[in-house]
Amino acid sequence: MQSPGEQAVAAAALRSDRFRLEREGDWQRLDAMVTAMEKGKLRKLSDDDVLALPVLYRNLLSSLSIARESSLDAGLIAYLESLTLRAYFMVYGTRTSLGGWCRSFFGGGLSRAVRAIWPDLLVALAAMVAGAVLGFFLVDADTDWYFRLVPAQFSDVRVPGASREALLSTLFGEADGDGLGVFAAYLFSNNAQVAIMAFALGFAFGVPSILLLVYNMVGLGAMVWLFASRGLAVEFIGWLSIHGTTELLAILLAGAAGLHIGRALGFPGQRSHMVALSQAGRTAAQVMAGVVVMLICAGLLEGFGRQLIQSTAIRYAIGYGIPALWLAYFFAFRPRRS
Amino acid sequence: MVRAADLGRTRGRDARLQRTLITPEGVALDVQVASASARAGALLIDLAALFGMYIAFILALVLTVWMFERANLPSVPDSIGGFLVVLFIIGTFLARNAYFLYFELGQRAATWGKRALGIRVAVRDGGRLTAEAVIARNLLRDIELFLPVMFMTSSGIQGSLSEFAAWAGLFWVGSFALFPLLNKDRLRCGDLIAGTWVVQAPKAQLAGLVATGVPENDLIAALPSDRYRFTEAELAVYGEYELQTLEQVLRTAKAESMQAVAATICSKIGWTPPIGDERAFLEAYYTQLRARLERGMRFGRRRADKNS
Repeated sequence: MQSPGEQAVAAAALRSDRFRLEREGDWQRLDAMVTAMEKGKLRKLSDDDVLALPVLYRNLLSSLSIARESSLDAGLIAYLESLTLRAYFMVYGTRTSLGGWCRSFFGGGLSRAVRAIWPDLLVALAAMVAGAVLGFFLVDADTDWYFRLVPAQFSDVRVPGASREALLSTLFGEADGDGLGVFAAYLFSNNAQVAIMAFALGFAFGVPSILLLVYNMVGLGAMVWLFASRGLAVEFIGWLSIHGTTELLAILLAGAAGLHIGRALGFPGQRSHMVALSQAGRTAAQVMAGVVVMLICAGLLEGFGRQLIQSTAIRYAIGYGIPALWLAYFFAFRPRRS
Repeated sequence: MVRAADLGRTRGRDARLQRTLITPEGVALDVQVASASARAGALLIDLAALFGMYIAFILALVLTVWMFERANLPSVPDSIGGFLVVLFIIGTFLARNAYFLYFELGQRAATWGKRALGIRVAVRDGGRLTAEAVIARNLLRDIELFLPVMFMTSSGIQGSLSEFAAWAGLFWVGSFALFPLLNKDRLRCGDLIAGTWVVQAPKAQLAGLVATGVPENDLIAALPSDRYRFTEAELAVYGEYELQTLEQVLRTAKAESMQAVAATICSKIGWTPPIGDERAFLEAYYTQLRARLERGMRFGRRRADKNS
């Protein structure tokens, strides 16, 4: 009878080494494919390779399980672990392309996400209305509040005591097209940062989001009071409507997305805090991507439409037609889940 | 790139950062959460890259304007000037938001800084990394980092930065920066919201067989191939830990360490050290010890080290 040592010498290779030598080629093929995919050269893979990928991946998983239980080659196991992890990230990674994601996002994902946060939308709406009303009545009680509430860039001629004509000229005029593109880009960047802040601050139980919504609307309420005091309320709201409605809707959504996260943190329900937070975060992030798109539209409308369109009637029509379209898209557009 | 020789004992890594990830096929994979220092290093590299690109972008814009003036054109047409300002504003917005998004949505789910340090973003529960998760984790970066820094620099330049505001800003940045150190998974607030974490993505190469049995030179090849045979008792002195240490010694193949190890084994089992033929001796011992231990493994008997 041979001793175990003699057997090993006679075989020249261990049983676990034979196992390895038989499968090495497949692993290295998968390794090359994963490396190519990591470098973004997916298109360079042949059709055969792409078809073989799932099979090779499953085989690799079973190889790893067998090797762990039958081989003591630490270098081999480390290699298999690392290759499996890399292949796993490729197979279960971000597989959708940007285009594919956009299709599913605009084709229902965004609408679903907005509908999912409806309680937060109502709270955010209440906060905004309260902010505007607060601004209006604060200035009504004491005009000094106006200077505290309205940012300096807007209080050039638009100050309490300004004449009707001066106020009217800020609403109708500046029809020259120069600089509108710059203005649109500036407004977009500025509003997007405000919206991102309203969202991100939701982390602190949503309180800063509400404060930010109220703060943004107080100045608006104060300006409404100013124009109303000269009998220009209708014209002012028309001027505001053409861009403001899309923008206000976007900020409303951003604040609601922040509240959604704050609510998940405060009231996770049956889920653990971590699970609740990450679920809320993903829904809210979809809403935020939509918010950025809306703000681009708002910036374009604002930069070009606000000054180029001079009729109050058309301003109202555009100002309320577009948000109506947004709302219809969010709440009436319900494609079947694919 | 981790060399196979360094991987002899994976247990040597920081055990507090070791996690198990179950794939949908039910196989447990070892993942290592990226350490806080790796995260900080990656962020610094990313910020440096962003800053460099931003400077280059501004320089390109300035250069365009300068070229117009050099070419003796009357002056920069307003429409082009406006276009450049639009580019600048959009570029600033993109720098703040799109860099991280673009790279983390790619196949490697890692920015340049993360790639340089061999780490990547993954989903905590082992599922698919979605675009929503990447968006969520990066939107939070805005309040964690950019917002307070920009607030402090802009009001610092204007000279309106009060002492209280400066301290509050520092406290704000500091509390978000220290957040990853206060939880075991090194999660940033953005990771918390997105359900992601940052793990190491090691890239190991498949090293050759440990014991090939190929003789080093003709002199050794002339010796009988079965000159080293160990009895059961001689193999029973060591366990898996020693086997994998021996594997590391053989993979590194340094003459002096092989001599030392051969001498240690010989004194343990009562052999005379094989001077000049250590490699063949160690390969034979390795192969026979591994055969013995693997046979035990197949019957469910494992031996961690020589003391067990």
